[in-house]
Amino acid sequence: MSKDVVTNIILRDDEDYIINMGPQHPSTHGVLRLEVCLNGETVKYVVPHIGYIHRGIEKMCEYDTYKQIIHLTDRMDYLSAHMNNEAVSLLVENALGIEVPERVKYIRAALNELNRIASHHLWWSAFGMDLGALTTFFYGLRDREKILDIFDESFGSRLLHSFVTPGGLMHDVHPNFRKNIMEFVKYFRKKLPEYKKLLTDNIIFQNRTKGIGVMTKETAIAFGVTGPSGRGSGFSCDVRKIAPYGIYDQLEFNEVLYTNGDSFDRYMVRMDEMVESMNLLEQIVDKMPEGTEFTAKMKPIVKLPEGEYFQRVETARGELDVFVVSDGKKHPYRMRFRSPNFSNMFTLNILGRGLKIADLVAISGSLDLVIPDIDR
Amino acid sequence: MILEIYSFSSLTEAIDTALNNSMAPWLATLTELVIIGIVFLSFYALLGLFLVYLERKVCAVMQNRIGPNRVGKWGLLQTIADLIKLLMKELIPIKNADQFLFNLAPYIVIAASFMAMAALPFAKGLQAIDLNVGLFYIMAVSSLGVVGILIAGWSSNSKYSLVGAMRSGAQIISYELSVGLSLLSIVIFTGSLQLSDIVASQADGWWIFKGHIPAFFAFVIYLVAGTAEINRGPFDLAEAESELTAGFHTEYSGIKFAFFFLAEYINMFIVAAVAATVFFGGWMPLHIGNWQGFNAVMDYIPSIIWFFGKTFFIIYLIMWFKWTFPRLRIDQLLTLEWKYLLPLNLINTVIIAFIVLMGWYF
Repeated sequence: MSKDVVTNIILRDDEDYIINMGPQHPSTHGVLRLEVCLNGETVKYVVPHIGYIHRGIEKMCEYDTYKQIIHLTDRMDYLSAHMNNEAVSLLVENALGIEVPERVKYIRAALNELNRIASHHLWWSAFGMDLGALTTFFYGLRDREKILDIFDESFGSRLLHSFVTPGGLMHDVHPNFRKNIMEFVKYFRKKLPEYKKLLTDNIIFQNRTKGIGVMTKETAIAFGVTGPSGRGSGFSCDVRKIAPYGIYDQLEFNEVLYTNGDSFDRYMVRMDEMVESMNLLEQIVDKMPEGTEFTAKMKPIVKLPEGEYFQRVETARGELDVFVVSDGKKHPYRMRFRSPNFSNMFTLNILGRGLKIADLVAISGSLDLVIPDIDR
Repeated sequence: MILEIYSFSSLTEAIDTALNNSMAPWLATLTELVIIGIVFLSFYALLGLFLVYLERKVCAVMQNRIGPNRVGKWGLLQTIADLIKLLMKELIPIKNADQFLFNLAPYIVIAASFMAMAALPFAKGLQAIDLNVGLFYIMAVSSLGVVGILIAGWSSNSKYSLVGAMRSGAQIISYELSVGLSLLSIVIFTGSLQLSDIVASQADGWWIFKGHIPAFFAFVIYLVAGTAEINRGPFDLAEAESELTAGFHTEYSGIKFAFFFLAEYINMFIVAAVAATVFFGGWMPLHIGNWQGFNAVMDYIPSIIWFFGKTFFIIYLIMWFKWTFPRLRIDQLLTLEWKYLLPLNLINTVIIAFIVLMGWYF
């Protein structure tokens, strides 16, 4: 048992000065309640209370067909909707041995990377807000809007697309898809330096994040912290690299790794990932085959053979695992999601302890939590 | 010097003579006080509304937005609509709050900012009261507001409010020193605390130019410390909305909240106005050495425009900070004051004293 896991045990005292941050609080980004014990301004311990937005998605999956489940996965981590969809789709395809067309794989990868950038936009905006820099919100959303417009044109929806389905896509993408991506990459390469000028290089911002909330590699592994938060601690956990799916093994990209594990490094991982995603998008657009095929041949009702199935994908926040036990019917017998945010959030007590309450807000912002993904 | 036709003293003297001729002297004085009070109250309200509008427009420019543009031309009536909304909102009673102090706090805050306004010289001949310790008086009364903030935080019976109020107390008490010292450095130049004297001493050039680099340095410190003293970003820890929801005024609603809100903007105006008066010559026009023609043209611009032009320039600077920088942490805030600003300011004051002693200024 890791040392951190032991120190995570909390001893409550009746004399403690407790502040409840949340469930309705501007900086918890959703209905998360943090029970924060303060000594003056210093945090003594943090107890996260979850369950305010529990919708029983895993249970609902047991009554839905695999194609219907797609629509539920959107609602978990709503900022990584495509990745969530793809996790279930890949699982079904691998279980049935279906080979999706090459073009679909490229479109899926493009959607993943676009969604990752859009998610990082929103994170950057909200992180600035957490630190009191209110202008970041409008800069981030301005650029995110461009991606949402691409989504809107192809799927008619901006946030919860349910576009990737087992066997392929719901329908073909808009003819402008490729051109729009090229335009976006060109546009955003010019805008990214603004982010650096406005927030990254700011001395107040650096003082607020450097050396704050240091997560060691051991802690990251012990708590199962994945995604950019884990990679900020030097934990190499990019599923696209260690267990490639789709066409990621044919694309060239670097896994962004930083080693200090403080809020600033977690921030820098995401900033660099946006650049990596843009590089990926350029490669994808170059290599994407022409054509109109968007789905493999599939039966209308999908039945997985009896057995256990597992699939992992990399969402914008970390590793999403899907585990299915099938009894051969059209519904899964049991469906289980391992969501990245759940593991990431429980490091708050380790990271925030002994720091100021403002640091706790900065740390929870740098972990990039999406609360509906924690509760499911 | 500014042209006599723009001076307000003829107007004020005419009113004074007319009142004294028509009624007893004590009644005339009383009437004058009432008139000044009404003028100030309406100015206060209009200024507050305008500053809120201005902030929203400035912040919109910084954030690639348009800002309010639906109510009235260019959204000019937006803040008035907001005021009506705030007036009609329910005053939510707080359980277990100290009712007397809870209701008293907004009035202390607003009275403090109102008192500071009385001594400001708005234009030539337009100053309600010209105390011989005017600058000292403004500093003293404008820092009374912190008492109201502390009372608000304490009486709300809310933990967020209490933390916000304590932060505010620590912050204002610390930064008061830097504000005082940086203003003191100009007082060393002028040798007077009277605001009319300070303005008059800048007839041939503003102190920020005449005082060499130390005066500019003092201005920068004053701007930083002044921003901190009025609890505005990046020093808005007392109401840090991402940490404490709304800080000391979390539990206030309706018009009581509006009082805090208004006082914050008026305090910003006072900080900017004092900076304009002390460093930028108040209502004095821009004069450059022996350029007679240029100086004569500058004299044609009314003094009230000079004063408000300078003040709003500094207000714009303060707003620019707020919408660009992230917020500091409380320990960083206190470190900045006690370890950097205060020692630098002390050294700066000594340098200025030395310059004045040797007569090395224009």
